[in-house]
Amino acid sequence: MVQHHKYDVVIVGAGGAGMRAALESGQRTRTAVLTKLYPTRSHTGAAQGGMCAALANVEEDNWEWHTFDTVKGGDYLVDQDAAEVMAKEAIDAVLDLEKMGLPFNRTDEGKIDQRRFGGHTRNHGEAAVRRSCFAADRTGHMILQTLYQQCIKHGVEFYNEFYVLDLLTVEDKGGVSVNGVVAYELATGEIHVFNAKAVIFATGGFGKVFRTTSNAHTLTGDGMGIVWRKGLPLEDMEFFQFHPTGLAGLGVLLSEAARGEGGILRNSENERFMERYAPTIKDLAPRDMVARAMANEVREGRGSGPDKAYVYLDLTHLPKEQIDAKLPDITEFARTYLGVEPYTEMIPVFPTAHYAMGGIPTNIKGEALADNHTVIPGLYAAGEVACVSVHGANRLGTNSLLDINVFGRRAGIYAAEYAASTDFDDIVEERPEGRVVDMIEHMRDAGGSERVAAIRQELQATMDINAQVYRTEGSLKQALADIEGLKARYVNVSVQDKGKRFNTDLLEAIELGFLLDLAEVLVVSALARNESRGGHFREDYPTRDDVNFMRHTMAYRQEDGTVRLDYKPVIETRYKPMERKY
Amino acid sequence: MSTATTEAGAAPATSTTTMTVTVKILRYNPEVSEEQHWESYQVTAEPTDRVLDALHKVKWDLDGSLTFRRSCAHGVCGSDAMRINGKNRLACKTLLKDVNPSEPITVEPIKGLPVLKDLVVDMEPFFAAYRSVMPFLITTGNEPTRERLQSQKDRDRFDDTTKCILCAACTTSCPVYWTDGQYFGPQAIVGAHRFIFDSRDEGTDQRLEILNDQEGVWRCRTTFNCTEACPRGIEVTKAIQEVKRALIFRR
Repeated sequence: MVQHHKYDVVIVGAGGAGMRAALESGQRTRTAVLTKLYPTRSHTGAAQGGMCAALANVEEDNWEWHTFDTVKGGDYLVDQDAAEVMAKEAIDAVLDLEKMGLPFNRTDEGKIDQRRFGGHTRNHGEAAVRRSCFAADRTGHMILQTLYQQCIKHGVEFYNEFYVLDLLTVEDKGGVSVNGVVAYELATGEIHVFNAKAVIFATGGFGKVFRTTSNAHTLTGDGMGIVWRKGLPLEDMEFFQFHPTGLAGLGVLLSEAARGEGGILRNSENERFMERYAPTIKDLAPRDMVARAMANEVREGRGSGPDKAYVYLDLTHLPKEQIDAKLPDITEFARTYLGVEPYTEMIPVFPTAHYAMGGIPTNIKGEALADNHTVIPGLYAAGEVACVSVHGANRLGTNSLLDINVFGRRAGIYAAEYAASTDFDDIVEERPEGRVVDMIEHMRDAGGSERVAAIRQELQATMDINAQVYRTEGSLKQALADIEGLKARYVNVSVQDKGKRFNTDLLEAIELGFLLDLAEVLVVSALARNESRGGHFREDYPTRDDVNFMRHTMAYRQEDGTVRLDYKPVIETRYKPMERKY
Repeated sequence: MSTATTEAGAAPATSTTTMTVTVKILRYNPEVSEEQHWESYQVTAEPTDRVLDALHKVKWDLDGSLTFRRSCAHGVCGSDAMRINGKNRLACKTLLKDVNPSEPITVEPIKGLPVLKDLVVDMEPFFAAYRSVMPFLITTGNEPTRERLQSQKDRDRFDDTTKCILCAACTTSCPVYWTDGQYFGPQAIVGAHRFIFDSRDEGTDQRLEILNDQEGVWRCRTTFNCTEACPRGIEVTKAIQEVKRALIFRR
C-alpha cells in the first residue's frame, strides 16, 4: 500500500540545517520533516568546537575580517557574495540560538564567550582572533538539542525514520521543477508519496566513502545521490576536508578547539612541527594545511608510535581545570577509545575524512541550480549537502555550524515564501513511487553473491589509499578503476534480510549505491583538477593554478551513467586571489 | 588495488591480541515468530573493539538480518543504547575488554519500551515523555537585542543536565518505569531540570506543576540505576532530587 501526503514544504533531514529550516518554514506554512534518523541522532551533534561570529565580545572583530578569512581559508574558491552573507548573518545566527536557550559558555560580564579557531584572524591575517562562540566542546550537541527543543515548542511535524529515496520532478517548457518526494518507512517497509510545493534537502555529507572518517555510519550522501541520479549537477565534489586531529586508527574527531585552547602538535622528535609550515599562526593554520603537514611528517619518517604512523596532540601543558571546563568530551574520547590520559599523556592523532565542501549547487537563497544559472523551482538545499559555496576548497573550522544556521534559516524562509506564491503541481505520474518500489524489490529479491559490507570496505580502502590528503593522477586512476569494478559487482549485491520491518540490511545496500556514485564523482572531478587548492592536493600539480582552475567543478550524470564535467566561474567581490600563507 | 605496507594513521599498537568473542543476542522478528529467542555468534575481535564493532561483524559477515540502530559510533548521538551483560550501555562506548569477553556477552534491547525487531524498540513513548515537560526555554517580555546575560556560575548550575543525548539508557533502567506505564521516567525529569535551573528561564512553575503530577517526580524511588546507566555521566538521581527539593520549597 502506498500512502499519499500533501505539504507545502517537505524538508528532508533533521540535523542542524533541516531543523533550522523547519523552524522558519513551519511557522509560515504547512511543513513536514522527513528524516532517516530520529532528529537528535544527526551528526550536527558531533560538532564540537564552536560557531564563529564577529560578536567582538572579548576583543575587536568585525564581519568583514570573518568574510576575508573564509575566502582565504577556502583558497579563493569561495563565492564571495555568499561568504559575506554568512559572516554578516553570523552575528544574528548566534544571538538567535542564545535566545532559543542555547547554553553558551560565558565571559566575566555574562556575555557569550569566544575562543580562537583555525584560520580565523584579526585584520586579514595579523594574528589569531577569538571569534568562536562555544559551549565547552559540545557546541554541535547543544545546537542540535536546542533546535529540536524549539521544534517541539513550535509543533514541527516529523516523520521519523522515513528514508527519502526519490525526488519527484516535472519537466515542461520552462525546464525542470519539483513537486514531491518518495519515502520508504523503515519501521514498516511502506512507501509514502509526498506531494509538495517545495522540497529542502538537508541530508548532510558522505564521509562514509572513506574508511578513516569522523562521520557517522549513516552519512552516506543520500540527498546528493538522489539529485545526482536525476541528472542534476553536483559542485566541487573533489574538495573533501580531512580534519587533522582524528583519534589515530579510529578517526573519531578531536576538536580543533584543543589547539584553540593551546594544544600543540608534535612529531616523533617532540618538535612543534607546525612552526615550519605556518610560522605566524602555527597549530591554528587551516585544516588542509595542518592535515598535509601531519601526513608529510609521517611520510618523512617523523611519525610516532611503533609504526611511525601518527603524530601527537599535546595538551599536557594545559591546566587540568581548563581541560575539564573547555574540552571534557574529547579528552573522554581519548580515555575511552585509546586508553590515553590527556592530562599527562600526548594523544595519537592522524587526519580523518571530515567534511564535503561540495554538494548540490545553490544560490544564496538556498535555491538549487540545474546548471550554472538556472534555479530549479521548488528545490532547496542547505548545510553539508549543499554547495553555496561558502567553503570553497577548504572549510574553516566552525563555519559548518554557521552554514547550517544561516543557510538553513534562509532555505526555510525562501521555500515557505515560494510555497505561498505558487499552487501545488499535482503528481500526474501513474506510479510516482515506481522507481523506488522497483529498486527496493529488486534489491530485496535479488539472489546475487556479492555482500554489501565487502564492497563498502573495498571502496573505503581504495578511497583512503588513493584519494585522501595526497593525490596523484596515478592514484586517482587506480581509485576510479577500483570504483568501476565495485559498481559492476554492486549489480549482483543481495541482502539476507528479506523482510519489510526495519530492514537495515536493505537500507545499507541502498546507501552503498549512493556512496559508489558519489565516490566516482569525487574521483572524476579530482582527476580533472590538475592543480592543488585547499583540501585537494595533487602531488603531480603541487601549486594553485588560478589561470586554469579558478572555477567551480560542475559534474553531471549522463544517460549512460558516466560523469560529464563542466565549470562555473567563482563569484568575486572584494578580494583578489593572493598566495595563501599563515 | 595498491596496498600500503604500513598504513599511515594506524591505531596505536597496544599489547592486544585478537580473540574470539561469543555474542549472545536476544532476537525478535514478528514477521517470522512472535517469540523472542537467544542466538549466539562467534566473531574475532580486538579487546579494544567496541561492542558495536562486534555487532557489525555479526551483521556484515554472519547474519544480515540482525537489526539495531546506530549512527555516530562514538557516544554522542544516542542511537545504540542496549542492555549489555544486563546493564544499559551504549554499544559504541563499551569496549569488549570491559565486559568480560572470555564469557559470552549478552545483548538485549533496552527494557520498558515495546520491542519492534531485535534490538530496536519503539522510542515514541520515551520522546512523548520528554515533550510533555516543555523542554524549551520559556521567557516573557521583549527579547533583548543582544544576548541575555548569564554569569558562568549560573551557566554551570545546569551544565550536567545539558549533556543528555536522549538515548533512554536511564529511563529504561528504572524499575518504576518498567512496572508503571505512566511514569515520565528519569530522562524527562533531566530534560526539565536543564530548564528549571537555567537562570534565563521563566517557565519553572509550569514545569514543576507537570512534574508534581502523580506520575511525575514523586514516583522516583532513588535506586540510582539511572545514574549508573547514563553514558554521559550525568548525575541523574541527583537531578531528580533537586527537582523534588524545588517542589518542596515552592510549597
